[in-house]
Amino acid sequence: MIYPILRRLGQMLFVMFGISVIVFLIFFATPGSDPAARIAGRNASPEVLEAVRHSFGFDRPLYVQYVLMMKKIFVTGDLTSFVNRGWKVVPAVLDSIPVTLSLVFGAAVLWVVVSIIIGIVAAATRDSWLDKLLMALGLLGISMPVYWLGEVMNLFTQSRYHDTWLFSWVPPLGYKNFSDDPKGWFLTLVIPWVTLAILYIGIYGRVLRAAIIESMQEDYIRTARAKGLSETRILLRHALRTSLIAFVTLFGLDFGALVGGSALLTEVVFGLQGIGKLTYDALQSLDLPMIMATVMYASMFVVIANAVVDFVYILLDPRVKTS
Amino acid sequence: MMLSVRDLKVSFRTDDGLVRAIDGVSFDLEEGEILGVVGESGSGKTVSLLAVMGLITDPNAVIEGSIRYRGRELVGLPARELRRLRGNEIAMIFQDPMTALTPVYTIGWQIAEQIQAHRKVSRSVALARVEELLAEVNFPNPREAMSRYPHQLSGGMRQRAVIAMALSCNPALLVADEPTTALDVTVQAGILDLVRKLRATHNSAVVFITHDMGVVSELADRVMVMYAGRIVERGSRAELFGDPSHPYTRALLGSIPPLTGEKPRRLPAIPGSPPSLLRLPKGCAFAPRCPARYEPCDGAKPVLTGGSHAAACFRVAQA
Repeated sequence: MIYPILRRLGQMLFVMFGISVIVFLIFFATPGSDPAARIAGRNASPEVLEAVRHSFGFDRPLYVQYVLMMKKIFVTGDLTSFVNRGWKVVPAVLDSIPVTLSLVFGAAVLWVVVSIIIGIVAAATRDSWLDKLLMALGLLGISMPVYWLGEVMNLFTQSRYHDTWLFSWVPPLGYKNFSDDPKGWFLTLVIPWVTLAILYIGIYGRVLRAAIIESMQEDYIRTARAKGLSETRILLRHALRTSLIAFVTLFGLDFGALVGGSALLTEVVFGLQGIGKLTYDALQSLDLPMIMATVMYASMFVVIANAVVDFVYILLDPRVKTS
Repeated sequence: MMLSVRDLKVSFRTDDGLVRAIDGVSFDLEEGEILGVVGESGSGKTVSLLAVMGLITDPNAVIEGSIRYRGRELVGLPARELRRLRGNEIAMIFQDPMTALTPVYTIGWQIAEQIQAHRKVSRSVALARVEELLAEVNFPNPREAMSRYPHQLSGGMRQRAVIAMALSCNPALLVADEPTTALDVTVQAGILDLVRKLRATHNSAVVFITHDMGVVSELADRVMVMYAGRIVERGSRAELFGDPSHPYTRALLGSIPPLTGEKPRRLPAIPGSPPSLLRLPKGCAFAPRCPARYEPCDGAKPVLTGGSHAAACFRVAQA
C-alpha cells in the first residue's frame, strides 16, 4: 500500500516540475520575450535595459534563473513581484487561497448535492414532464455565462431588490474572513456560491441522469429485479452507485481547475480577491514571479484533485484496484 | 399444478408494427419437475420465461394470456406482490454470469441483500446463510469467496455465485436461462449436477432454457421445443428423444454428433435460418425450411395436437 502512494507522489511532483519548466520557458525563453524590456518600459535606452537586466538577474544562465526562482517560491518564500518591487508574491498567494477555497468548496457542496438529487429524480421519472422540466432547467443553467449571471444576481440582490425582504440580508460585495466573522463569511458567499454552482448543477445533473439510465439497461439490474428488490433500492444501490464513477471523474477535473483559478469570472464579478483574480491581474501586467507562483499553486491543486479522484475511484469501483 | 401458463402472448410495439415474440404458448409444470425448453435464438424461449418472472420492463411490451402460479394469477399482479414472489419463491439464473452481478459489491453482500429483501433477519444471520449457500454450490472456501468482487472470480465461479443467490430463499421454482452456455464443458457438467442436486434436496421445480439438446437429454423430465414464438412439440424426455414427431425436433436431434460409432464427416444442419418475427409466413413458420412440407403447411398455422406428447404439425396430425 505504501509503494503505490509513493509512486503517485513521485508522479505528482514530476508533473508539477514539468509544468513549472514549461511556464518558465514560455516567459523567459520564447523568442522576442525579453522580461527586461517589459520592466524597463518603452523607449528605454540600452544602458537602462542593461541595468535592469543585471538588477533582476536576467543576465545569468537560464537554469540558474529557474533554480533561483523555484528556491524563492518553495524554500525561502521571498520571491518579489517584478512590477511592484518589494511586494512579496508568496504571502499574496497564501492570502488569496482561503477566498478561492471558500468560494469553490461551498459551490461544490451545493452543486454535488443538488445535481445528484436532480439526476436521480430525472432518471427515476424518465420521459415524464418532471424529467423534461429538470433537463430543460439544466440546459438553461449551462447556457447562462457565469459573468452575466453574476451581474444579474448583483443587480437584483445589491440594487433593484436589495431593499425588499427578499435580499435585504445580502451584505455588500467583498470577502469576510471566516475566523473574524463566520456569519458575514457565509452571507457574502451565498450568492457567489449559487452563481458558480448553477452551471455545474446543469452539467452534472444531465450527466448523472444519462449515466443512471445507461446503468439501468445493464444485465445486473435485471438480476436485481429478479432478486425481488424494490425499484427504489435498485436505483439507489445498484444503478446510482455504478453511475457515480463518471460523475467523480468530472468532479475531480472541474474542482481542481476551479480551485486553481478558473473561478476567475465569479471572483471578479463578486469582488473576491481570490487566486483567479490574482492570476488575472498578474497576466495583465505580465508580472512573471506572480504568474509563476499562481501557476505552481494551480498545478498543485489540479494534481492533488486528480490524485484524490483516483483514490475515490478505488472506493467506488473495486475493479480499479486489481487491474 | 404449480405453474400453469395459458395462451401466453407477448408482443412488442415497434416502428415496423407489432411484433409478436410469443404467440399462444401454454404449458404446465408440476412441483419438483424439470422442464427443458429448447429452441434456436429468437424462438421466444427466454421471452416467455421473462414474462413468467414479470421481468419484461420494456414499456412497449404487451403481455396477454394467463400465468397462474400455485393458483395465483401473475399477469396484472401489482408490482409489490410480484416482488414478494420474485427472488423468494420464483428465482432466475441468467445466461451470462459475467454481467449478471453488480460489479461494485462483493458476492456476499449481493446474496445477503436478497435474503434480507425477503426474510426479516439480521445482517450476520444473512451472511451466515450466504456462507452455507456458497458451500452448497461447491465453493472450496466460502468465507473467502464472500468477500470477493465479481471480477475476481472465474466465469464458472460467478455462475455458481449466481446460483447460490437464486437458491438463497429456497425457491419453489427456478428458471435457468441458458446457465451453461457461456461456460466451459467441464464447468457445465458441475452446474448441471448442481441443478439436479437442488431438485433432490429442495424438491424445486426447474425450467431449464437451452439450445443444447444434449443438456436437455441428460436433465429434463419433460421437454418443450419452441420455434418462432410457438411450441412445436412437447412431451416427456423419453417420448421426445425416442420418438420425435415434428420435423424441426428431428432436425435438431439430427444435428447432435453421435457419441459412439462412426462420426459423419459433416453434421447435418437445418437449411435456411429462422424467420423474422416481422414477416412470419401465413402457415407453419417452419415450412420454408421443412423437408416434409406439403400443401396444408402454407394454408394455416398448425395447432398443437396430442396428449402428453403433442406436436404442431399437419403431417403428424394426419398420420
